[in-house]
Amino acid sequence: MSPQPIDLDEIASVEQQKRGRYPRRVMVCSSTACLSSGGGAVRAALERTVDVDGLGHDVEVVPTGCMRLCSRGPLVRMAPRSVTPTLYQRVTPDVATAVVREFSGSHVAGQPNVDAHALDPDLPFFARQRPLVLANAGRINPDRLEDYVAEGGYRALVTVVHTMTPEQVVEQISASGLRGRGGAGYPTGKKWALLAAAVGEHKYVVANGDEGDPGAYMDRTVMEDDPHRVLEGVIIAAYATGADRAFLYVRAEYPRAVERLEQAIRIARRHRLLGRHILGTDFALDVNVRIGAGAFVCGEETALMASIQGRRGLPQLRPPYPTEHGLWGAPTVINNVETFANIPGIVVGGAERFAAVGTPGSTGTKVFALAGSLVNTGLIEVPMGTTLREIVEDIGGGIAGGRAFKAAQTGGPSGGCIPAAVLDTPMDYDSLRTLGSIMGSGGLIVMDDSVSMPEVAKYFMEFCRDESCGKCVPCRAGTVQMHDLLDRICRRQGTAHDLMLLENLARTVRDTSLCGLGQTAPNPLFSTLEHFRQEYLDLLLDGTGTQTAELVDVSAAAEGGARDA
Amino acid sequence: MARSMPARAPASHPASRHTDAATGHAVSDVRFEILDKALTRARYASDHLVEILHVAQQAFGYLSPDVLAYLARELRLPASTVFGVATFYHLFSFDPPGEHLCTVCTGTACFVKGADGIVAALQDAYGLSAGQTLADGRLTLRIARCLGSCGMAPVTVIDGAVSGHQTAASVVYAVQVALASEKVG
Repeated sequence: MSPQPIDLDEIASVEQQKRGRYPRRVMVCSSTACLSSGGGAVRAALERTVDVDGLGHDVEVVPTGCMRLCSRGPLVRMAPRSVTPTLYQRVTPDVATAVVREFSGSHVAGQPNVDAHALDPDLPFFARQRPLVLANAGRINPDRLEDYVAEGGYRALVTVVHTMTPEQVVEQISASGLRGRGGAGYPTGKKWALLAAAVGEHKYVVANGDEGDPGAYMDRTVMEDDPHRVLEGVIIAAYATGADRAFLYVRAEYPRAVERLEQAIRIARRHRLLGRHILGTDFALDVNVRIGAGAFVCGEETALMASIQGRRGLPQLRPPYPTEHGLWGAPTVINNVETFANIPGIVVGGAERFAAVGTPGSTGTKVFALAGSLVNTGLIEVPMGTTLREIVEDIGGGIAGGRAFKAAQTGGPSGGCIPAAVLDTPMDYDSLRTLGSIMGSGGLIVMDDSVSMPEVAKYFMEFCRDESCGKCVPCRAGTVQMHDLLDRICRRQGTAHDLMLLENLARTVRDTSLCGLGQTAPNPLFSTLEHFRQEYLDLLLDGTGTQTAELVDVSAAAEGGARDA
Repeated sequence: MARSMPARAPASHPASRHTDAATGHAVSDVRFEILDKALTRARYASDHLVEILHVAQQAFGYLSPDVLAYLARELRLPASTVFGVATFYHLFSFDPPGEHLCTVCTGTACFVKGADGIVAALQDAYGLSAGQTLADGRLTLRIARCLGSCGMAPVTVIDGAVSGHQTAASVVYAVQVALASEKVG
């Protein structure tokens, strides 16, 4: 006899009733950025005020995940039941106290003016966004299953398990056009179909949460702020592909994400959303968290699998692909955590509704970690195809400090720098690739005109040099040599010959490296050379004192020669 | 946690892990008990090696040769495999950490906003390069690849407290405060 399955409606209605008892719900962002600017003291002040003023029955203080506008933290959202919630920026403990008293009507003379801290609800930073993956982030307490269920959580899993065949799920995901959010953009439905067709005693689903790109924290936020959403996506993937085991591979640098996911797994298991008889059916799945240990290459799927198996994270030649020969030789599917976080929404809303967002080739939304020299920095989720100009000028509020836009870097050490001339490019997989960059996992760093592009290329090359696993020679030796050449050029000691050597070497490393790390390591170099070549040439000239025209000719000839080849 | 770390290895020989090297008497070491618990939970399966290394580093503060040799024996793995895996991953450290830890994020956003200046200022002030510890064991300087708080760049972590929007001067001052606070306590 199968155990009594969880009653989601019951949980949701109890939760709604509980919320109804509190006329006010004050949410305080408790993610890293806000905590580092004093969010902890703000939460304490909110709780103290509620306690001291005896508002325990009227105001509920809820610690939530990221409210996205990190540069203006600590953030607090006050939600009276009937009015639109108000978001307050740069909240201090005094302001927090005043916010509670403003709403409870117990004014105290001399308290700060809370309206000065209220954010305009029509601020383009929020108005231009389309939160699907981040729908719950900053609105629910991620530690509680009830919060997720009250927002419609696990309904997709119920639908899938009770009313759909695995084939129908794969079909629906294929129809949605969802592509891998880790950066490469492989169609998710296609990958799942491969695993579904594979035969094995065990099959594995792996969520890649090894967000190693410097300047990226989308996955961290999704895992920390809505862990059940990721878990639900993974469970649905397992149902669709016939997998019986799953791993969530998370960077060790994200201890809170590890904690939250482990807790979500424990809770889900207790409610029979995981384990042997999921929702009272014969569908069984065992999920475990595995922690990385600081190796960028482990984001590469074959290296990630080696790491899950307790080995050095060395990549392997593909094929065979993981769907044929993965963990412990069994068929395995690996998707980014953001990909999984999209799944419940597709099941509930339907493939067509999902595909209506974004562009025909890149459907849905993309979460970006917007950072660098902008007025507004933080986490954003926009429809695919939003132009870089909208992101920089409207959402980001333009360049801070009166400087000018110079470049936007996407895709981290595997991506490239996009210059001002192509700001109107839509952000989708294919447009970015034609610009010599990649979507990547979603790091988007905007640089102003004070930043030197050869220094940026050197920065990323140093990263790749340090992170090269050393298995194949082109990457191991090539990244060292390319870094040394870039360093020489940046120190104004490089010659035109050095630049030519650098470009030739970069092509060799790209074409002959074993895995994505080496193949894409020259990308920041290529894209900065393509769009900002003069900066390199300027550095050459100063150091050598040779004739300008002659040097430009030599490197142009080298470039032309290689293009002909 | 790190503060109570002795600089020497927990035992002089792997075989004498529960034996005091000087007296030869058996001692109970709570850190090894933590390790044994993790090994039991993993059912001594070698594919849990990375996780167990994390537990070991947390318990001991770093991975000493004795601890690695102990794990090799318990997991029935060649010592070369255990050392090989441990040295592959950046987060594992093989030297005892200093009493205070200052980590400077050098992720892309922090780089663009001047993280190198912070690292250089700390180098000037304390003569430490990334990964080094002061000779008196008071301070360790580390570089992080990205702490994932890019909206607050540049970011540092001093003794567990994350701070955003830092400058070279503010970080050097914060380190001074951290070092001074210990003297009082």
